[in-house]
Amino acid sequence: MSDHEYTPKSKFGKWFNDRLPLLSLASHLTDYPTPKNLNYWWTFGGILTFCLITQIVTGLVLAMHYIAHADMAFDSVEHIMRDVNYGWLIRYIHANGASMFFLAVYIHIFRSLFYGSYKSPREIIWIIGIIIYLLMMAAAFMGYVLPWGQMSFWGATVITNLFSAIPLVGEGIVTWLWGGYSVDNPTLTRFFTLHYLIPFLILGLVVLHIWALHVPGNNNPIGIDIKKPSKDTVPFHPYIVIKDGFALLMFMIVFAFFVFYTPNILGHADNYIEADPLVTPAHIVPEWYLLPFYAILRSVPDKLLGVVAMLSAIFILAALPWLDTSKIRSAVFRPLYRQFYWILVADVLILGYVGAMPAEGLYLLIARVATAYYFLHFLVILPVLGYKEKTLPIPLSITEPVLGGSPNLATAKNNESLNK
Amino acid sequence: MKNFFRIIFLIIFLFGFQHNSNAAEKVEYLKTDWSFKGLFGKFDRASLQRGYQVYTEVCSSCHSMKYLSYRNLAEKGGPEFSEAQAKAIAASFEVTDGPNAEGDMFTRPGKLSDKFVMPYENIKAAQAANGGAYPPDMSVLVKARGGGVDYIYSLLQGYEDPPSGITLDDGVYYNKFMYGNKIKMANQLSDGLVEYADGTSSTVEQMSKDVTTFLMWSAEPHLESRHQMGFKAIVYLIILTILVYFSMKRIWSRIETEV
Repeated sequence: MSDHEYTPKSKFGKWFNDRLPLLSLASHLTDYPTPKNLNYWWTFGGILTFCLITQIVTGLVLAMHYIAHADMAFDSVEHIMRDVNYGWLIRYIHANGASMFFLAVYIHIFRSLFYGSYKSPREIIWIIGIIIYLLMMAAAFMGYVLPWGQMSFWGATVITNLFSAIPLVGEGIVTWLWGGYSVDNPTLTRFFTLHYLIPFLILGLVVLHIWALHVPGNNNPIGIDIKKPSKDTVPFHPYIVIKDGFALLMFMIVFAFFVFYTPNILGHADNYIEADPLVTPAHIVPEWYLLPFYAILRSVPDKLLGVVAMLSAIFILAALPWLDTSKIRSAVFRPLYRQFYWILVADVLILGYVGAMPAEGLYLLIARVATAYYFLHFLVILPVLGYKEKTLPIPLSITEPVLGGSPNLATAKNNESLNK
Repeated sequence: MKNFFRIIFLIIFLFGFQHNSNAAEKVEYLKTDWSFKGLFGKFDRASLQRGYQVYTEVCSSCHSMKYLSYRNLAEKGGPEFSEAQAKAIAASFEVTDGPNAEGDMFTRPGKLSDKFVMPYENIKAAQAANGGAYPPDMSVLVKARGGGVDYIYSLLQGYEDPPSGITLDDGVYYNKFMYGNKIKMANQLSDGLVEYADGTSSTVEQMSKDVTTFLMWSAEPHLESRHQMGFKAIVYLIILTILVYFSMKRIWSRIETEV
């Protein structure tokens, strides 16, 4: 870290800072040298922090009115929607906030994939990020169970039943998870407890994520190491603060549109039917942000192998810094990787789409091909590409974008401006 | 920017694809103008009041409305009956209360704070009275059906004689908008079934529209304030975004890099 020594001006400030260096921390955060060429894809870190805080604050208010009981949960949600002052607003922000959170996290992850932000020396930041993502999925899934609608109940049944695929102890584990012989009140209360706990775990990991980020500093669109502080950097405050703020406001406009005008479009209608263990919905589908993994799960005919495939699809990401053998970070200078990157984006979107469709016929075939390609990308294409690919010459610094006299000057410049 | 458009294109492509495949399976719902749609959508007060009348006179003999209280009928953004009217409506229902000092349950006329009286004691009684099918609670029915208001509106008008080759069991009816076309609720509406106090002619279409509007309100009682607040919030955000944009330009003008 290129932290200059900070001394508070006032006597009290100095006295306090010697005992607890909060002022030094504040100074570090405001002066933190940030690459000046960060584009808007980099604003999603700030947006995600906003999402987390929004979920925690609205969640606290909801928890004051919600009743975690199988007979009362659904009624208490309707009570919030009708009789609690602005309860409808708080609940719609919380429910749509989950979707916005995932929208932002997917952009954040795919930004990292494009610009190679997971590569050395940022592997720990990346792995912490993957753990946060896993916890987010757990929190979102359990949160979806709490209203105790039909999709809540049956979603919980399907997902917890996945554990029964584990040989020998599977059934026992499922009973243990449920706290009984089916999804019922004990399941609901423990899900509520965990749903309340996980956001604070995420908050702690976010602190570690940012701490780990502040050691090497931000990656940047051209993916080179930069001197800090230098002509290539700007202090975090005010430059990045105002830019993140601007992007956050744009994000909030989209968010507000969902909350105020189409608050239920991202949810499933069946979740407004109270949970009924005797009636199974025609199609059990998870929320949109889990659909790609759901598609992978269903594309494998064997239950156990399906679960293994689904979990591998997530955990493979943690190994990414070592699977990608290329030394060049940014896809700007990797003409082939850039093509494969967009194929992967399309692949994941296709997986999401078939995840929402019944697992039969053509859909199942597409799901299988897309699943196979997903693993092919990480296990074969990325490692091989690092050795085979002819990368473009990379510039020495941000202020001098391209080495003088390079034959690829025009291409590199063109690419850089495209990705801004 | 180019990448951004590529993503948008992909998303639109996928949504378009999804839309087409859905359209192939489903029947087109009947369309009507809903006053509550759009940025400034509000309920049509008269339609809500008529819809309440249809609900009470027709639907309420089987369908409960357990999340509504009589006080809601006088609240802002709803049918907005006067308080006196709402009290009179409440008082027209017999409510079981108790136990009293002697330990007995007793009945009394309804009050504003009472929930809508349920047509059946419990689900079993409802099933027993309806050939095994439980008439769903209608409080959030509109939100609990994929097609929403258009679906309910169409369903009420979708009764037909079954096409040849389809035989229906006793107590099962044919409805072209129902999932699987078989429904256990008989056609309830016929022209002139209720007599509207405001003189509107009570065609099946009109009654369907009114009662669906009423159901939309019962599912989303704060829809009007949501739309009003949403408009203010979004205008506020847009103005703030513009201001922040220019501040950002100003601040970044100290650096040679473009934002």
